[in-house]
Amino acid sequence: MSKSSFAETFRTDRWWLEPLLVLIGLSAFIIYSTWSAWQGQYYWWSGGSEGFGGYLSPFYSPPLFIKEGIPGTPPIWHAWFGPWPDWLYDFKYLPASPAWLILIFPLSFRFTCYYYRKAYYRAFTGAPPACAVGAIPRNNYKGETGLLVIQNLHRYTMYFAIVIIFILTYDAMLSFFNDGRFGVGVGSIVLLINPILLGAYTFGCHSFRHLVGGSINCFSCSKSSRVRYKGWRFVSFLNGKHQMFAWLSLFWVGFSDVYVRLVSMGFITDLNTWGV
Amino acid sequence: MRYFKLFRGNNSEGEMKDYRIEVEKGMVVLDAILRIQAEQENDLAVRWNCKAGKCGSCSVEINGKPKLSCMTRMNEYDNDETISIRPLKTFPVMRDLVTDVSWNFIQNKKIAPFKPDPSQKDKNGNYRMTQEDVDRIQEFRKCIECYLCQNVCHVLRDHDKRNKFIGPRFLICLASLEMHPLDTTDRIPDIKNDFGTGMCNITKCCTDVCPEHIQLTDNGIIPLKERVVDRYYDPLKWIWRKLVGEKILRLFPS
Ligand code: SF4
Ligand code: SF4
Ligand code: FES
Ligand code: FES
Repeated sequence: MSKSSFAETFRTDRWWLEPLLVLIGLSAFIIYSTWSAWQGQYYWWSGGSEGFGGYLSPFYSPPLFIKEGIPGTPPIWHAWFGPWPDWLYDFKYLPASPAWLILIFPLSFRFTCYYYRKAYYRAFTGAPPACAVGAIPRNNYKGETGLLVIQNLHRYTMYFAIVIIFILTYDAMLSFFNDGRFGVGVGSIVLLINPILLGAYTFGCHSFRHLVGGSINCFSCSKSSRVRYKGWRFVSFLNGKHQMFAWLSLFWVGFSDVYVRLVSMGFITDLNTWGV
Repeated sequence: MRYFKLFRGNNSEGEMKDYRIEVEKGMVVLDAILRIQAEQENDLAVRWNCKAGKCGSCSVEINGKPKLSCMTRMNEYDNDETISIRPLKTFPVMRDLVTDVSWNFIQNKKIAPFKPDPSQKDKNGNYRMTQEDVDRIQEFRKCIECYLCQNVCHVLRDHDKRNKFIGPRFLICLASLEMHPLDTTDRIPDIKNDFGTGMCNITKCCTDVCPEHIQLTDNGIIPLKERVVDRYYDPLKWIWRKLVGEKILRLFPS
């Protein structure tokens, strides 16, 4: 057997297309989400009302602290722990953005997700770039036994991701109100689809599948294992579409932020039943 | 007339040789190879057996892609496309298109065999399983041992970690034993330490090439990785085991 050099292959098809699209897609998301988290403003819209209801960008949810007097931020009652404290960052180049406080949760979840691992190992680290295409040569390839052993904690990031789905579901509900009045806007629909796609992604997680029923050997042996079998079947169904929901939910989270931001900045007008 | 390039040689030397033959409708790549052998190159070495995608002997790399030559139809390729056929890259070439895959047989022997608990027999002396328990492991039993997955896996193919990694085909074999409701052997320590689930970075090429469409990574390897996490990496599980004690936990298998 002769060792191959990077990207060496006899394949004649466009094997580089998929890793290239992944590279572009993930890079675009990382750049946009970093920029958006940096802003610290225009992540909320409620047409000026202070009452119950409004659109909150998912990148900023939950807002642990809110700095008052900044355009496009929610009323202070929305902050989990009150106004922005003095001891937290608030500089010219690092504005008081609550997004940084929570971004680690979805970020670590997707970073350690089995699907994304496949995607970026291929597209970003060339290990391997595509099947039967030479991997970037490494003197001592360790797989996930070296530094990457950290990936084994994926299930812990999943626990937080499930909590966040409930929070985003609350945000979706919130978006159907304006100043306490029920109604529907384009933003409500956008923010409703968001937790649905995220749920389809999160509940198809491999670690969740293991937790629900994958860890048992005998599905038929007890009452509880029969119930878990049913759950496992459902999670397995979502798991089979995990890649699709990974991309759909990623896109939609970004799109929700773009939408709320543009409405909040006044670039576009939200069509809604409140007439605000 | 269709154009072919076939590898001729052995493990230390060889070259790609050109051939032109007539092909008919409905032919598969293996038919073309056998025609070249019959009409032009009588000493061409090629391994095949069933011509039905069930024996797993005709694995080669066609235009760089690991495939069964008997299941690859000629009309997958354009009429003017030259079809190049090479032996599996990961295993030593014996001659021409035939590789020595015996390393795989050695791996198989390392796996602790199925060991049921005799007390689980029913009154007629038979072991019984229900369909839902059969279903999950049945998928892995579709394997025809073509070793296309072993060949494509970069851990073996590019990094040559044979001493640390047993390869995807045998990881699903281990999965089918570990998930078996009647089996009593604990292979998790071996799976982590000797068979190397940690070497797999779940890039799924094994799944991509499997002619039986077995979901090796999603249904076999990742579940094994999760079981290894349970035992070795999950801090809360570790604390729980220390608190309750391994012996007591063993009385309540999940
Ligand atoms: S998923 Fe794992 S076992 Fe399968 S080819 Fe990739 S590295 Fe090898
Ligand atoms: S798992 Fe699939 S690719 Fe691997 S040896 Fe079995 S049939 Fe072939
Ligand atoms: S495997 Fe993708 S989220 Fe857990
Ligand atoms: S000849 Fe048997 S699988 Fe191809």
